[in-house]
Amino acid sequence: MADVRLPGTLTPLFPGLPRRVEVEAPTVLAAIDSLEAQWPGLRDRLVAEGPALRSHIHAYVDGERAGLDTPVAERSRLDVIAAISGG
Amino acid sequence: MPKTMLTVATRKGTFVLDSDDRRDWTLRGPYCEGWPCYHAIYDPTTGEIYAAAASEWHGSTIWRSGDLGETWEMSSEGLSYGDDDGRKISKVSTLARAGDRLLVGVEAPGIFESRDNGRTWSLLSTLSGQHGSEAWDDPANQPPGHLGISGFVADPADSDSFFAIVQGVGAFETEDGGSSWTPRNKGLRRDWPADYEDVGFCVHKLVRSSDPQRMYQQNHVGMHRSDDAGQSWTEITEGLPGDFGFAAAVHPHDTETFYVIPVDGGHGRTMHEGKATVWRTRDAGSSWQPMRKGLPQENAHLGVLRQAMTIDSHDEPGVYFGSSTGQVFASADEGETWSEIASYLPSISSVDVAVLD
Repeated sequence: MADVRLPGTLTPLFPGLPRRVEVEAPTVLAAIDSLEAQWPGLRDRLVAEGPALRSHIHAYVDGERAGLDTPVAERSRLDVIAAISGG
Repeated sequence: MPKTMLTVATRKGTFVLDSDDRRDWTLRGPYCEGWPCYHAIYDPTTGEIYAAAASEWHGSTIWRSGDLGETWEMSSEGLSYGDDDGRKISKVSTLARAGDRLLVGVEAPGIFESRDNGRTWSLLSTLSGQHGSEAWDDPANQPPGHLGISGFVADPADSDSFFAIVQGVGAFETEDGGSSWTPRNKGLRRDWPADYEDVGFCVHKLVRSSDPQRMYQQNHVGMHRSDDAGQSWTEITEGLPGDFGFAAAVHPHDTETFYVIPVDGGHGRTMHEGKATVWRTRDAGSSWQPMRKGLPQENAHLGVLRQAMTIDSHDEPGVYFGSSTGQVFASADEGETWSEIASYLPSISSVDVAVLD
């Protein structure tokens, strides 16, 4: 199971969504879709038309910058980050 | 007196102001998790509040509250041009109830509708085929603000009939629920060359009076009035300190009375001479009077955006506006006297009012 870390701006939007959750999925997009099944609407908060990660959402798999197609291994850590932006 | 409620959308969430007498107000919020909110309305059809919001991180959505702001849910299900279309939604700009439809205007310019009160959305129209539409999907061609569809005017008597404003292009009317559109910009002044006669106007705010034939608008270069339901327009700017402004409101019981807030048309976009002033006409634009009593008259460089002035439906209507510097001002006597009823809010995008029986 991959260890997924989610941004703090996401959890207030979905009751019961933890900051850290385990997911079994082969790619970043599949991991997000897996979360979508449990928390409908979550995918749209992270993924824009394309599909592509929203421009101020970054993903890292085991510390490396990732895209939606990036593979996720059995024991990977997937960090989903709300980029430093705004004002 | 029934309760009066203001719904205030700001760059950092939506707030609610309540009053039993329109003198003492109680502020609640921020709601919507502090998301940038561009327009919030109370919908008397459902009793729900809706807020159009767009987060830099998490995209666009519509928040809704069925208990006057105490609890909120959000949905953007269906609020997308899809993966293959090429257009993207950068922002949800404006909301309106039109019969059994809840409408939302977005950028890139398009109109989505919800038939289940904001739970799910579907694309209604992009006004494709209209003059100018071949260029307006390109974000590089969008005016600053990137509002896309920046306003609606619904027809209470006909849910299939409503106006939509395309920012920087003009107003369009549909009479068949969005299947076809007609430009409604005849007679408007413009001070720039344009490729087409019927579009290329920068309509900021469109309002309809209690007589559906009588409409008003504030645009980039003046105030205008229509006496034929938007078929043609006559300029009524003379007597005002400038021709540029965003906000406008029409009296709910008197079709001759109309309010505007002229602002500097350059980079400033703030009230003239640092004097906060609402201008009122009682004769459909033949003359204008400044309403200043109770408003700051020195170093008051306030901006007011297009959705940020409104008027209630009491017998003696109250007028309200919110500023880009976070103040809400209210008048309970049709603009004669004013008081500041909220301060230090984030920059205000919209103010909507409801009288709750």
